[in-house]
Amino acid sequence: MLNFSKINILSIYLIFLFISFFSILNFQNEKDPLINKKVNLGLDLQGGSYLLLEIDSDPLIQEKIQSKVIPLKKLLKKNNLNYSNFTINKQDLIFSLNDVEKFKLLLFSKKDNFLNPYIDKYNSFELDLEILENNNVRVLFSKYGLLTINNSALKQSIEIVRRRIDDVGTKEPTILQRGDKRILVELPGLKNPERIKNLLGQTAQLNFRLVADNEEFGVDQLISENGEELNVSKRIVMSGENLIDAQPNFNNQSNEPTVSFTLDRLGAQKFGRTTTDNVGKRLAIVLDGKIVSAPSINEPITSGSGMISGNFSFQEATDLALLLRSGALPTPLDVVEERTVGPDLGEDSIKSGITSLVIGFVLVIFFMIYKYKIFGLVANLALIANLIMLVGVLTILEATLTLPGIAGIILTVGMAVDANVLIFERIKEELKTEKSIIHAFDIGYTKAKITVLDANITTLIAAVILFAFGSGPVKGFAITLGIGIITTLYSAYFLARHLTSMIVLKKKEGEINL
Amino acid sequence: MNRNINFSAKFKLANILSLFIFIISILFILFKGLNYGIDFKGGTLIELRSNNTNVNISEIRASLNSMNLGDVNVKEFGKKGDYLIKVEAKAGNNNELIPEIKKTLINNLNAEINFRRVENVGPKVSSELLQSGIIAISLSLAAMLFYIWIRFEWQFSIGSIVALFHDVIITIGIFSILSLEINLSIIAAVLTIVGYSMNDTVVIYDRIRENLNKHTQLNISETANLSINETLSRTIITSVTTLLALLSIYILGGEILRGFSFAMILGVLIGTYSSIFVAAPVLKFFKVSYKTLEKKEEKIVP
Repeated sequence: MLNFSKINILSIYLIFLFISFFSILNFQNEKDPLINKKVNLGLDLQGGSYLLLEIDSDPLIQEKIQSKVIPLKKLLKKNNLNYSNFTINKQDLIFSLNDVEKFKLLLFSKKDNFLNPYIDKYNSFELDLEILENNNVRVLFSKYGLLTINNSALKQSIEIVRRRIDDVGTKEPTILQRGDKRILVELPGLKNPERIKNLLGQTAQLNFRLVADNEEFGVDQLISENGEELNVSKRIVMSGENLIDAQPNFNNQSNEPTVSFTLDRLGAQKFGRTTTDNVGKRLAIVLDGKIVSAPSINEPITSGSGMISGNFSFQEATDLALLLRSGALPTPLDVVEERTVGPDLGEDSIKSGITSLVIGFVLVIFFMIYKYKIFGLVANLALIANLIMLVGVLTILEATLTLPGIAGIILTVGMAVDANVLIFERIKEELKTEKSIIHAFDIGYTKAKITVLDANITTLIAAVILFAFGSGPVKGFAITLGIGIITTLYSAYFLARHLTSMIVLKKKEGEINL
Repeated sequence: MNRNINFSAKFKLANILSLFIFIISILFILFKGLNYGIDFKGGTLIELRSNNTNVNISEIRASLNSMNLGDVNVKEFGKKGDYLIKVEAKAGNNNELIPEIKKTLINNLNAEINFRRVENVGPKVSSELLQSGIIAISLSLAAMLFYIWIRFEWQFSIGSIVALFHDVIITIGIFSILSLEINLSIIAAVLTIVGYSMNDTVVIYDRIRENLNKHTQLNISETANLSINETLSRTIITSVTTLLALLSIYILGGEILRGFSFAMILGVLIGTYSSIFVAAPVLKFFKVSYKTLEKKEEKIVP
């Protein structure tokens, strides 16, 4: 175990230098990087926000099932099916029919079925039918129908979340899908997480509806911005979909912050027609079921642009414009998990992490020299090389360093010497019986090998499981601990062994003192 | 160093002590329960710093209680003027909760207040986190068992698993007794303890197996004793260096890592103890001898 061929030595140190080279990349000039690789700091170290959002698909399903009512009734009428007791529920439609079998055939026909399209991907129809007693039937979304609705809502939500966050202009946001209902958002260095949360928490469904007392479509009683109760028609004149731009602005006369908007061609037509027909009436601008303002229509607006005023601060006007520009979320988002760290705490964490790393390192180094003299020095050199390689591997992987990750490095420092301790203790024992020192070292290394591997594999198993199940900062711990074990094995079995061999082969018998 | 401590003579006493502490730990875990942090219970955590170090902890408590937030817990956190607030998870805790708390505190305390850290975990996520924590710990125990099972004879597997359970239960038991908070980082600590404890046990077991073959005339007590003594130096040195690193984190690493490093320190101490006083006696219990090894040895050694 102490004989190294030249190629052996060369490759041991070349690999070491190669990996170490990457650790230096973390200290290069940020503006002009030679190779753009470095260890990223976790949100707990650089400050920032982690948000886990969950889509609430119930309102969407309700909306979708309601949208089936008119085509369904048309289909029934066209095929001379008589229905009665038609009830619209949150997730299903229930009614009684004179000919259930005929309806079943119609509902599950693959040809030109606009009511119940066939989803090729899942081999399933969008809707399902349950036959209840007394000729009652229940129409509801099939499992795959729900899945399709959910997936498209999630995709769309991610897109809109991304637009809103990009619009705020934070640096390097991460937006990812997590499971089938959640969106993970990471915003490093964010100053004001409340604003983002506020922006993401609104669906921002904008509607223009006439204020009217009696209407054929029915009315909703909504509260206006100044506390006035207004009856607003259920009929939507125009919705946010027709908006192509929105910008914060100041009203020329009152100098109040407002939001000016521009409509697409279709929107402009609808808006023009409604305002022409209803001069003198009031038009309510409804955002997420609340009236933002309900101005009177003084004259027809045919230009395709308009203005919303409603006692905004400039910040509110800016945010409203942003929301309108990004479009409405298909369904509300809930923040189910939030972790925010301020930048000053992050700095403190880095400081205390580094301090404890340095102190822990120095303590271990002194202890090893005290215990093993010159071979302690070898173990310490191996430890330093180990740390450099650990950082190098983290850099190659562009891993994220978290506070628990720093703890993992410190723990590696404490545990890494174990490999050398196992070997040195073994050699000591061999020296008692073995006359030849070289031979004792040789046997020591060979015999300790299995134990060192055994001992490290157990910790590696723990690290792998932790990586698989841990989240965020804890994952960072698993990464440094796991990589630490591998670099430890390398440094003990290649670097330290070579250094030891150089000492042993140079010194004469009797001069070795372990 | 030529140590010859008669460990096996103390096995009985140690086992009674272990069993006693183990049972107490289980009783505490079952009846007193664990002090789950917001990671596992849901709720809101705020770490705040106030520029006015005269701010009183009871003032903070009073102004939070005036908001009717349910169960609120306030404690000092590190430096003077730093506090940690925990608010119970409540249905309908909304996006406005945190700004509202901030406003109330600024108004009532007449001080500038900086929220340095805010964590908010919903009830659904917290139960998922707890579940995955339990799965992770169980899985790691199973993986260790599997590893030991392919590496050693079954008596050794049982011995190391007994030692593992001993370490994990007693560490968690001490957390229950001292009402220390269990959060995600404690789960990480427990998993690392599992790895460390196993590591220690494996080193001694490796040596016992070697000595069983080398000294066939010795019985298992004598072999265990010899092996523990032979590896004692390593056991102590590794524990010391690991503890030095951990103490450094515990003292200098800041408040966030304190619970984690405390659990690890406990785990290293208990793990070192258990590999000598729990894992080895199990082999004695099963009357392991060099004959136990023969059949398997040939298959395994490459």
